[in-house]
Amino acid sequence: MASSVLSLASAGPSASLSSNGIEKGKLNLGNCFKKEKTNLFLKTKSVGRISMVVASDVSRFEGITMAPPDPILGVSEAFKADNHELKLNLGVGAYRTEELQPYVLDVVKKADKLLLEKGENREYLPIEGLAAFNKVTAELLFGADNPVIKQQRVATVQGLSGTGSLRLAAALIERYFPGAKVLISSPTWGNHKNIFNDARVPWSEYRYYDPKTVGLDFEGMIADIKEAPEGSFILLHGCAHNPTGIDPTPEQWETIADVIQEKNHIPFFDIAYQGFASGSLDTDAASVRMFVARGMEVIAAQSYSKNLGLYAERIGAINVVCSSSDDAARVKSQLKRIARPMYSNPPVHGARIVASVVGDAALFKEWNAEMEMMAGRIMNVRQKLFDSLSSKDKSGKDWSFVLRQIGMFSFTGLNKAQCDNMTNKWHVYMTKDGRISLAGLSLAKCEYLADAIIDSYHNVS
Amino acid sequence: MAISRGLSGRMIDRSAVVGARYMSSWWRSVQPAPKDPILGVTEAFMADPNPDKVNVGVGAYRDDNGKPVVLECVREAERRVAGNLNMEYLPMGGSVKMVEETLKLAYGENSELIKDRRIAAVQALSGTGACRLFADFQKRFCPNSQIYIPVPTWSNHHNIWRDAHVPQKTYHYYHPESRGLDFAAMIDDIKNAPNGSFFLLHPCAHNPTGVDPTEEQWREISHHIKVKGHFPFFDMAYQGFASGDPERDAKSIRIFLEDGHHIGIAQSYAKNMGLYGQRVGCLSVLCEDEKQAVAVKSQLQQLARPMYSNPPVHGALIVSIILGDPDLKKLWLKEVKIMADRIIGMRTALRGNLEKLGSPLSWQHITNQIGMFCYSGLTPEQVDRLTNEFHIYMTRNGRISMAGVTTGNVEYLANAIHQVSKSG
Repeated sequence: MASSVLSLASAGPSASLSSNGIEKGKLNLGNCFKKEKTNLFLKTKSVGRISMVVASDVSRFEGITMAPPDPILGVSEAFKADNHELKLNLGVGAYRTEELQPYVLDVVKKADKLLLEKGENREYLPIEGLAAFNKVTAELLFGADNPVIKQQRVATVQGLSGTGSLRLAAALIERYFPGAKVLISSPTWGNHKNIFNDARVPWSEYRYYDPKTVGLDFEGMIADIKEAPEGSFILLHGCAHNPTGIDPTPEQWETIADVIQEKNHIPFFDIAYQGFASGSLDTDAASVRMFVARGMEVIAAQSYSKNLGLYAERIGAINVVCSSSDDAARVKSQLKRIARPMYSNPPVHGARIVASVVGDAALFKEWNAEMEMMAGRIMNVRQKLFDSLSSKDKSGKDWSFVLRQIGMFSFTGLNKAQCDNMTNKWHVYMTKDGRISLAGLSLAKCEYLADAIIDSYHNVS
Repeated sequence: MAISRGLSGRMIDRSAVVGARYMSSWWRSVQPAPKDPILGVTEAFMADPNPDKVNVGVGAYRDDNGKPVVLECVREAERRVAGNLNMEYLPMGGSVKMVEETLKLAYGENSELIKDRRIAAVQALSGTGACRLFADFQKRFCPNSQIYIPVPTWSNHHNIWRDAHVPQKTYHYYHPESRGLDFAAMIDDIKNAPNGSFFLLHPCAHNPTGVDPTEEQWREISHHIKVKGHFPFFDMAYQGFASGDPERDAKSIRIFLEDGHHIGIAQSYAKNMGLYGQRVGCLSVLCEDEKQAVAVKSQLQQLARPMYSNPPVHGALIVSIILGDPDLKKLWLKEVKIMADRIIGMRTALRGNLEKLGSPLSWQHITNQIGMFCYSGLTPEQVDRLTNEFHIYMTRNGRISMAGVTTGNVEYLANAIHQVSKSG
């Protein structure tokens, strides 16, 4: 039984659907047409020697309505407005320390200082971005010794973090595979749909989350991928699935790769948490590397927002692994052609930081250690939360999914009403799909959170 | 190698699961993209080993030694930023402080429009990003509209509105015979365009021609645009670079505001603050009232979210610090004037040298034109000769980036131009 939801890319402005399917941004196109017929000659005034007939101040944007608040970024705003002393922000996936403060990595501070001392100029980067960055980012993902890198078969272009990199790939798909569909997991990061909609790429969903087990609906996933038209693009989370935290096992990854190969689909990875899942940068890249090792052509979007804490610098990359270096060169040139009318060339600062950290052996080693520390803190928090839930909840419910899930997020299985209870009664801010960001949770608050979850789960329907 | 170790360590025979097409490339049909006409010039320049080479291609400012410049005010701002390393996401609309200061530059320090909160504004990825956001916004909310673009214009304008799927038309602008403005034809085009068309205007230092309307001409342009109910969209990439005075360079925009137009503006700090690689700019849309501005801003953010989520922070911090500190702002204004004056000086020198060489052609336009660029009137073939014989790099439309001219190379450049053009 296919429960995939078909959604067509919006060709025009009014058809884009928000994540809960409600039409947004109703338009009044009237004003754009009104000009033909409206009498604009309402008043005259003399200005100097020129007597002017002045058009009325009819705005052509009269019908524009307020866009809905972003479901993720809107949570932080609501949290800020709350004055309750026990409030907890488990909304956006930004790493926090045990003291619930933003964390600037030591390696980043060092790299920033080095850059300041170097005093480099701020000239335009080439359209494809900083060469030093592109080199290290591909090596980080595929492994420096990977044949695809040695054979120059990877087209790498610096992008505006994960979002911007995904958008470049989406535009490439629209241009070269018109009509081809992207399959995205149900659920997935809310902005994926927006990206494909605005890029006019049709998408549909494959089953992923199984609410009964609070785990992976593997059979459903495989069935839906099999059923998709040959040559579809399958969007996969390389590690630490957002929002569920549920990753396939290594065996399951092999089967997924089998099916994708059988159907001649293209695997399209979104890797926003390399290092944040297991704590090891290499381990977290295993799924992507396995696909590449099979000789498949792969698209992979990377982000350094979380793992280097460079959120606001907007640094990431799009990689397209091709069959030949010639293909890669041509693909890269077309990615550039998409980027030029979007922003001309990408911002330099974040690229330089990443190139410094990843390109310097000592800094890279330090980064690995900090990564382990951050991922380790989250694993500790998971354990404490699980322990608190298990000891406080007398119903016998199995909370072990908290331990099985991985990465920054946990899908609690709470429904919207229960999530509302979390916020309204307990001042716990989370997204309405039941996702909590463990990066925003401290050991000290685990018991409080456990109380809130238990109450919401059992007493609210 | 058909056998490989999978994640689980089992030996798997890949060939058994291979589909019929798996070895063939998905990307076979992808053609190599043509080189960008502007950025491709710098690539070619970099690849040239000749010691006399001159780059007058891309519009990035150089000092008299031909070196990129980091403004003093920027260095100071960087020092202050270095201590403040919290890199959390900016709001989707970008840095509020940066946007506030940026609006003052365009609309006026004490603008009532700002006080009345009638301007929907978001931080954008420099001028390109601001134009693209606007083009996408135009497509979404005025889907049947088209954009009128001057001939010539910055080549990327065409790419931007094309990728936003907004149909383009052109209007007369440059008059080749006089190397000046084809004013009558421009006004005709404004009059003949369907009511309510969108017009892309360069408020100062037109790129690539350097030809700007006079104040009188701007008033007439404003009048005719108002009569037709057209939407004026300004791409202001060189505020401060034309005359050396940002207030003066915003005159055209102020005229339109006085006349009551509801305009849109793309602003960039790439050149006037030398923040090229940081990608800092702003898109603003003047609305009827605060409520509408809030709605429009929310829709601009909605367009930005699936493109890059939120804009980069670093450059915005630099701008905020500079414009928010009276001393730093004063320093900035001084440095902008120095840059503009150097360019004006080079214009005089280039023209002087050509005349001294006895060129039979008129080079008056070099000093008549304003801003970073000079539309030399050279043909593509002459430009090719400049590149091949003299290692001088510029775009084939004959545009010279005066920012790349120095006291060290102006004679060489003048001589080369003379050589390729003296026979007519």
